[in-house]
Amino acid sequence: MNRQIVQLFGLTLVLFGVLIAFTSRWTVFEAASLEDNTLNRRGLIEQQKVPRGLILARDGDTVLARSEPRGRGEQRTYVRSYPEGETFGHPVGYSYINAGETGIEKARNDALTGDLNEFGTIFRELQSQEREGDDVVTTLDPDAQRQAMELLAGNAGSIVALEPATGRVRVAASTPGFDPNSVQDPEVLEALNLDEGDKPLINRAVQTNYQPGSTFKVVTAAAALDTGKLTPESIVDGSSPQTISGVPLNNSGNVSFGPISFTTALTNSVNTVFASVGEQVGSRTLVEYMERFGFYADPQLDYPEGEMIASGIRNSAGRLVEDGFDVGRVAIGQGGEEGQIQVTPLQMAEVAAAVANGGKLIRPRFTDRVVGQDGRVDERVDPAQQSQVMKPETAEQLTQMMADVVNEGTGTAAALSDVAVAGKTGTAEVRDATLNQVWFIGFAPVDAPRYAIAVTLEDQPIGTSGGANAAPLAAQVLQTLLGGG
Amino acid sequence: MSARTRELFGLIPVSLLVCAGFAAVLVAQSQEASDLTATYGAVFLGLCVCGHLFIRTRLPDADPYLYPLAALLAAFGLVMVYRIDADLAREQAQWFVIGLILFCATIYLLPDHHVLERYRYTIAAVGILLLMLPRVPLIGEQVNGAFLAVKVGPIQFQPAELAKLAIIVFLASYLRDTRDVLVRARLKPLTWTAQALLYGVPAALFLLIVVALDLGPVAAVLLGVFTLSAVTLVRERPSLKHFGPLLLIWGVAMLMLIFIRDLGSSLMFFGAFLALVYVATSRLSIVGVGATLFLGGAAYLGSTVSHVESRFDTWLDPFDQKLYDAPGGSFQIAQSLFAQADGGLFGQGFGQALLELPGGGTILPAAHTDLIYAVIADELGLFGAAGLILVYLLFVARGFKTALVASDGFSKLLATGLTAVLALQVFVIVGGVTKVIPLTGVTLPFVSYGGSSILANMVLLALLLIVSDHARRDRDRVGPGGLV
Repeated sequence: MNRQIVQLFGLTLVLFGVLIAFTSRWTVFEAASLEDNTLNRRGLIEQQKVPRGLILARDGDTVLARSEPRGRGEQRTYVRSYPEGETFGHPVGYSYINAGETGIEKARNDALTGDLNEFGTIFRELQSQEREGDDVVTTLDPDAQRQAMELLAGNAGSIVALEPATGRVRVAASTPGFDPNSVQDPEVLEALNLDEGDKPLINRAVQTNYQPGSTFKVVTAAAALDTGKLTPESIVDGSSPQTISGVPLNNSGNVSFGPISFTTALTNSVNTVFASVGEQVGSRTLVEYMERFGFYADPQLDYPEGEMIASGIRNSAGRLVEDGFDVGRVAIGQGGEEGQIQVTPLQMAEVAAAVANGGKLIRPRFTDRVVGQDGRVDERVDPAQQSQVMKPETAEQLTQMMADVVNEGTGTAAALSDVAVAGKTGTAEVRDATLNQVWFIGFAPVDAPRYAIAVTLEDQPIGTSGGANAAPLAAQVLQTLLGGG
Repeated sequence: MSARTRELFGLIPVSLLVCAGFAAVLVAQSQEASDLTATYGAVFLGLCVCGHLFIRTRLPDADPYLYPLAALLAAFGLVMVYRIDADLAREQAQWFVIGLILFCATIYLLPDHHVLERYRYTIAAVGILLLMLPRVPLIGEQVNGAFLAVKVGPIQFQPAELAKLAIIVFLASYLRDTRDVLVRARLKPLTWTAQALLYGVPAALFLLIVVALDLGPVAAVLLGVFTLSAVTLVRERPSLKHFGPLLLIWGVAMLMLIFIRDLGSSLMFFGAFLALVYVATSRLSIVGVGATLFLGGAAYLGSTVSHVESRFDTWLDPFDQKLYDAPGGSFQIAQSLFAQADGGLFGQGFGQALLELPGGGTILPAAHTDLIYAVIADELGLFGAAGLILVYLLFVARGFKTALVASDGFSKLLATGLTAVLALQVFVIVGGVTKVIPLTGVTLPFVSYGGSSILANMVLLALLLIVSDHARRDRDRVGPGGLV
């Protein structure tokens, strides 16, 4: 019997080994994913005992989020309050026990709760300091953000503005919005969640894919110019209709332009030209340039992963595809079953920013700096290059072409009295051509760009256009940004 | 150094742990580490020494490590329960006093454990009655769908804890008698045709069933192991009468599953049974048939009895929102995992784990009983939890050592059974808390809060020490190398 008893002990060793293995799995190896689990409210409950830091606008003055004490002594907890309400609701997000965390609140949670690294925590405990959160100073411009929300009011849409040279996001407006103060009531949150029509909890700036319409021609043009296929002076065939992928394609209003320069083609947003340019460039090269612009991946923004969506060419199942699509129609911002170009407003703002910044794309970001309660800057976010999209000369050529769009083309409504603006309009037919998605992307000033912008409005009636309905909004926001800074 | 002196020295770390533990908890709860800590430690140590002195007089040759290891676990449990709820800890301490009295009484009344063999059928009947008690109307209590508790007036009682002892005693004495019949016979070589028939037909049947019923991989493996074991068993002793007891006990285990609806305790009982059968007969084929029959039965019941089924579902996918929100759903296991994730390598320290919601209410249900291991992992981290498992392992090692040293079959089987059932209980509850197996409501021996658990485990410890005392005395009389 003794041999069997020893074997039984061996089995016990194995079983207890399994117990220790599983304990280490939960305590160490999978601890991070368990802590991120949406059902796990432990972190939030713990954090309630610590005053979270402030979230401030770019001026370091305007408070976007603050913690207010409730109760006394041991029972004291802190509850979040958002003085600006709906205006900054989407980018800032919220942090409540029963609603969870979103937006900058989530992305910068560690800083806001003062969750330092292991050694910092031990050091602080040795000094028996009370734990408190750091303040996060964002890049958001309070005046321009307020104005953008007002301009969007009554429509669904989004305005994103950023600094091409630094990636600082100045405006991230999205409507319909929601008041983050209201979601601590579970019923309100549930109602917002169930609102399939307005989808007020969706941050349209980064979380919604739209058809870009003709604004995408900027990407096509960048690829064509940068690969040397064309120059701004190249003569192209603007006749209409032309056969693209075996199907006739018309210009807007079926206007036939005949032989024109490539610059003129962009100025007048000539579909037939850009479709055949797209075919010339080819799908592989077009996708390569798109990837350099940041398509096909989540934006490299300091924002929660689950609250952003990648731009790119998607098939009817919604999956990103890199070939097999009608490159001619994608090149003008359209497509078909096998591939339709879909973009977020932030992505289109990044397209404009890359052109404005000499072809160099800087990572977009919401955080300017993290400031400790003693006033010391704990972390400063410096501009980081995401990619060199195109050669500086190409960017310069494209800048002039886009300047012409605002000077004499479809985008004249974006012009400002004292500053030269460059841009591109877009109007995409949606819902079986019964409504329009209108767009404007651009930047200003032309000679030394300081701000890039993307404006889009959903479901505008027939007869609207990017030039008439989106470009004026861009002009006003750009004016505010330039005037204020 | 004599065995008893070693035992006494073994109590020193226990007393240190009690004092340090209480001090840490009090400091963490920002109370003063007053002389209260010293009092707690001194009283506990005093009780331990009382027990030790009793062992010294009655069982002078017993294993010197079992008692301090159990005391260590008990001390640890007391600190953890105190940390969770001071009132419960006071009750727990009272239970320990009663347990210690019962421990001494067992040793006093049972100078020779072989007496138990005489009453084995009575003991078996009592054991089964105890198990069925929670189904008796008026006194039976259903907790989370399982029938595990009896409630008479203010006293709640888990009869399964005591039943496990009765059943082990019965099995040990029953198997000692029948092992000669069950032990492997010398095999006669078979003719080729007989071999082909014996292996070919079941193999063909196995394949047919797998294909016809379109079994999944798990079910196919189960059926495969079953077929192989059954064939081997038939080959070894093609007589139905030896399946009899096996089938009977399997039937009892299944009935238990149906009646008390608790997978954990039936796994514990049936596992201990298989361990004993294996030690008694060294026939893996019986274990194979038994284990597959049990798992098959459990899986079948799992898909039909709704309570067991939901336990399975919550085990497989604890983070499913629907299961998480359902009453008695996966909230508990999910919170158990979240609590462990907070622990990390070193834990948050005594008294630091989050157990209560700021507005009142608990975030970790049954923290002092079922989920106490999760609290330990949270506060002491992987190292503390692994340390606890190691203490159990040491205890189990000493238990099996006792079985090895024992000279007669009953003593060996009794020590093996008692040790195996304790080891299985640890596996069932810690495995449940860490999602190795579905979570069920058994206690962590010596550590969890619970009167019946403490009493039963103190008796278990007493029985092990009695067996050990006899075994070591016999060995010493015969001298090293004899009889073992």
